[in-house]
Order: sequence, then C-alpha cells, then structure tokens
Amino acid sequence: MSEAPEFLRPVKVHAADKGQTVTFGPDKPLKLDCGKSLSPFTVAYMTYGTLNAAKSNAVLVCHALTGDQFVASENPVTGKPGWWTTTVGPGKPIDTDRFFVICANVIGGCMGSTGPASIDPATAKPYGLSFPLITIRDMVRAQGMLVEHLGIAKLLAVVGGSMGGMQALQWAAAYPERVRAVMPIASAARHSAQNIAFHEVGRQAIMADPDWRGGEYQLHNVSPSKGLAVARMAAHITYLSETALQRKFGRSLQDREALSFQFAPDFQIESYLHHQGRSFVDRFDANSYLYITRAMDYFDLAADHDGKLGHAFGAHPPRFCIISFTSDWLFPPAENKSVAHALNAVAANVSFVEIKSDKGHDAFLLDEPEMFQAVKGFLNALADS
Amino acid sequence: MSASGSTSGSTTLRPDLAAIAAMIRPGTRILDVGCGDGALLEHLVRTKHVDGRGIELSQQNVNACVARGLSVMQGDADTDLVEYPSGAFDAVILSNTIQATEKPRAVLEHLLRIGRRTAVSLPNFGYWKVRGSLVFKGKMPRTKNLDNSWFDTPNIHLCTLSDFLDLTRLCGAVVVEAHALNENGETRPMKTDAWGPNLLAPGAIFLLKKS
Repeated sequence: MSEAPEFLRPVKVHAADKGQTVTFGPDKPLKLDCGKSLSPFTVAYMTYGTLNAAKSNAVLVCHALTGDQFVASENPVTGKPGWWTTTVGPGKPIDTDRFFVICANVIGGCMGSTGPASIDPATAKPYGLSFPLITIRDMVRAQGMLVEHLGIAKLLAVVGGSMGGMQALQWAAAYPERVRAVMPIASAARHSAQNIAFHEVGRQAIMADPDWRGGEYQLHNVSPSKGLAVARMAAHITYLSETALQRKFGRSLQDREALSFQFAPDFQIESYLHHQGRSFVDRFDANSYLYITRAMDYFDLAADHDGKLGHAFGAHPPRFCIISFTSDWLFPPAENKSVAHALNAVAANVSFVEIKSDKGHDAFLLDEPEMFQAVKGFLNALADS
Repeated sequence: MSASGSTSGSTTLRPDLAAIAAMIRPGTRILDVGCGDGALLEHLVRTKHVDGRGIELSQQNVNACVARGLSVMQGDADTDLVEYPSGAFDAVILSNTIQATEKPRAVLEHLLRIGRRTAVSLPNFGYWKVRGSLVFKGKMPRTKNLDNSWFDTPNIHLCTLSDFLDLTRLCGAVVVEAHALNENGETRPMKTDAWGPNLLAPGAIFLLKKS
C-alpha cells in the first residue's frame, strides 16, 4: 500500500527520502464538498520521529498553498532543505526526538497526492480541469483517512501556517474528538475579499498564458510557465511587508550602475521576483495552483455554522494556540484575534499570541525566536499534561 | 499592564496574589486580567482546579503562560474586555494592574460585567511614605510597589484606597471582602469606612460584586 510517490517532474536528487503514499481504493472514496467523489485517490506523506507505544505523540503538520510534505527533510524535486526546518526537526520547537510528525501533500497538490495533474483512471489521461473542485474540508477529510490508516486514534496536535492553519482550524471543527490541540499560525477562519482578489489575479495570469491550453497543457507537452510565474510573483509580494521589501531591496539596482532606460529588470526587487517566479514553475503544477487557491477562497468556517464561528467546534473543542504576526497584512492579527475571541466566547481553551515582526506573512517560515518559544512551550506543556 | 509582571514561582506567590488566591473558590471559572507570567493562574489551576484564562500584554509573559500550559490571550485590558460575554466567569482578577490602564473606570465596569465576583489588588498612593515623599522631599514618590520614575512609569492612574472605593461606588459595586497589605506582605481584614488603611497600608485587595 505504501510506496514512494511519483512526481510530476523528474526527481533531481535521488538521495532524498521521497516519503510514502497510501492509495485508498474504490471501497474508500473521498467524498467531496462539491458533491462528487474522488476514487481511487492517493495521499503522499512524510513522517519524522517515532510513534510511541501509546500512539499519543503524533503531530500533524499542514502545509501552505505551495508547500509540500517535505517539511523537515530535503525536497527531492528541488534538492532544497525542507520548508520548515526552522521549526521541525530534532531538538527544534516541534521536536522530532519527542514527537511523531506527519506531513501530507494536500489533495489537489502536485507532489504525489492526487491532483489535477494525476492520471484519471477513467480516461487514462491527466484530470486537468475535469478534476473536481476541492475545499479545505476535503483536504482535511483526506488527512483524516491517512491518520486513521496510520492507526492513530487521537493526534496530539495539528499545526500549520497560512493555508495550513486553515486546515488546523478545520481539523478542530471536523474531528474535535480526534485532536487534542490545534495551532493555526498566520491564518484565518475565512479568506478575505482582498485575499480572494489576489488569488484571482494569479489564476487569470495562468489562464491567460496561451500554453495553458484550457487546462490541457500536459496533453500538448507544454506548460503555462509564464502565467504561473506571474501568479507567483504577484502572490510573493503579499507574503512580505513593505518594511521588509524596503530593507532588503530599497531602490537598489541589479548588476548595473545606472538605469538602463529599458524594460529589463533594473531593480533588485524585480530580479528577485523574476527568480521567485522562475524557480516556482520548476516545482509546481499550474492547475494545482488554480485548484488550491480556489479551495482557500472557499474557506469560511463560520459560514458552515450559521455564521457563528464559536459554534464550529462542538461541545468539547480541542485546545487552541493561535499565533499571528504584527506585519502580516495577508492574514492580519485582527483576523487571527477574532478567531480567538470567538473561541473564548464559547469558553474554549484558547491562547492567542501576537508576535512583533516586520517580515510580513512569511514570518512563520523564518527565524522568529518568539514563535519558536510559543510553539515549543505550547506543545511541550500539552504533551506533559 | 506591564506592572503586573509577577516573578514569583508557583511555590511562593506575591503577597497580594496569595491573598487573591485565598478568595477563589475551587473548580470555578477564572479570568486573570494582566496575568503576568501566569504564576497566580497556574497556582489556581494546580491547587484549586479552576478553569483559568488570562489576558496579558507582554509577549514574553504570554509565552511564559503558554509554556505553563495556560490559556492566555495576548491583548490589552483597555481594548479587549469588550469581547468577553457578560457573566462568563465566576471571578475576574485584576492584580496590581488597574493603575496601569488607560481607562480604569471602563475596565472596572467591564470586570464587574464579565465576572460574578471581581478581585482587585492595587498599590495605595495614600500610603504615608508616599505622602511623605511628596510633602517633605517634593518629589514623585518611589516605593517598593511603585518603583519607576514619573517619566517612565506604566502606572498612569494612581489612586488612594479611598479614591478606589469611590470608584467602586460609581461603578455600582459593593465590597464583599477587603484586606489591607502591610510592608511585610501580610494581609489583614480592613474596614472600608476606616481612615487608617488609607494612610498605613501600602496596598490592598478588594473582592467586589455588582450591587
């Protein structure tokens, strides 16, 4: 049942652990919010550390929009270190010497879990746009099946940043009895109009690329790289802050002494964004980007519960530790705090931490000692209790 | 609220905190506003099995609370109490914090609304040493409780015990219990209409309820 996942592109680094997959057959279809079912479907995942005998030390880490299951080990596609090695690993805040860490590629993704680039068994062709629309709830449903497959009745915690935080909240709503605590970081209980707007710009950039071919680019052996790169460039700006951009780049010029009076990138910031766009298209599928951004747009946990967020988590909600960053304008502290207040109002056990940082939304991926302390303190106190 | 940062471990509580702890009934729902590093809250959770929550302004203190396994909201009493439903807690605690709030009256009114009982400890600006410092030295007083220069003190709304009791009446509260603190951190019951404590006690603890 478990084998190394197939990736879209050739694996560059053969030494890296490619992780495992589990494929759920026709007897276990993934029932989706859109009304359709996905069957069979595969979940690709990594685990770190050792599950204890009581199976009580499992921590599920949920990745963000463009993340993957390689949270704490080399990414076999890019050869780069895992995306959250600052936080997850031996002796790190999420200590793999103590906790059994699971991270799965989301449904709709392109790193081994079933997504629009996967082959549809019904047609023997890539799904493309015939892949059903998926939601955060669907992603969590698939994770729930994976956790069950791993024989874990109750997770110690679900932790995630950004879209990963949405999944953590959704875990608390969908399976309050299967998780002791959730830690959403730099996240929200719903996608704001501004966030939807930025996503739509990204999607339109992809769909405007002639190589997108109505989503069937795989059949034509092309890829809407230009559109996907533009989508990434626009999105990347939202992950930073004005202060961080100014500090890092200012108006500095790239490899030149004076303005060129041309449209080639004069400024370092332009060159940086070009690089972000270029490196992204090597590791990410354009249709996956469409589907996953849509899933985030559709997320509104309160709307699923008569507009009352406090009602989303049942009579015995898990513990919450909500972490936000002051300069995050994509998922602002106020948005995070309103989640905490809604939980407080229904007497849930909730902590809210607002970390001073000028690094913007991406702060959760960076060196933020105060966040490390909060994550470490919360998890250790939880495991000790 | 930075004045609230208590440094004592769970074994030896700051005297006013120990006095407040003695007022709290086991198994109740408690909100500690300006809970510092969580020493009191942890003590109450451990020894009285309360369902405790905190509000704290300082990042460092919030992390300390989280590491103790406490549920604490990073926030400001002046702006965040409005989010709490009425009658949500059996008791609300405000220890050595009211003098550091921007709007003491609004804060106290919220506390009385949120909790069935409100425990407040505060330094007494009517204490004879404080009066003496102002009268004889002609300087803003600095005492063990109030150890900041006037220009960098977080304590922006200092009052005497008598002033505070006036405020409780303005807010429609009645005093259920009152204890005067002495220099050694010992407490003893005080009468709210007596003039003595207002001159002789460096601080006091009051248990209030809405009349």
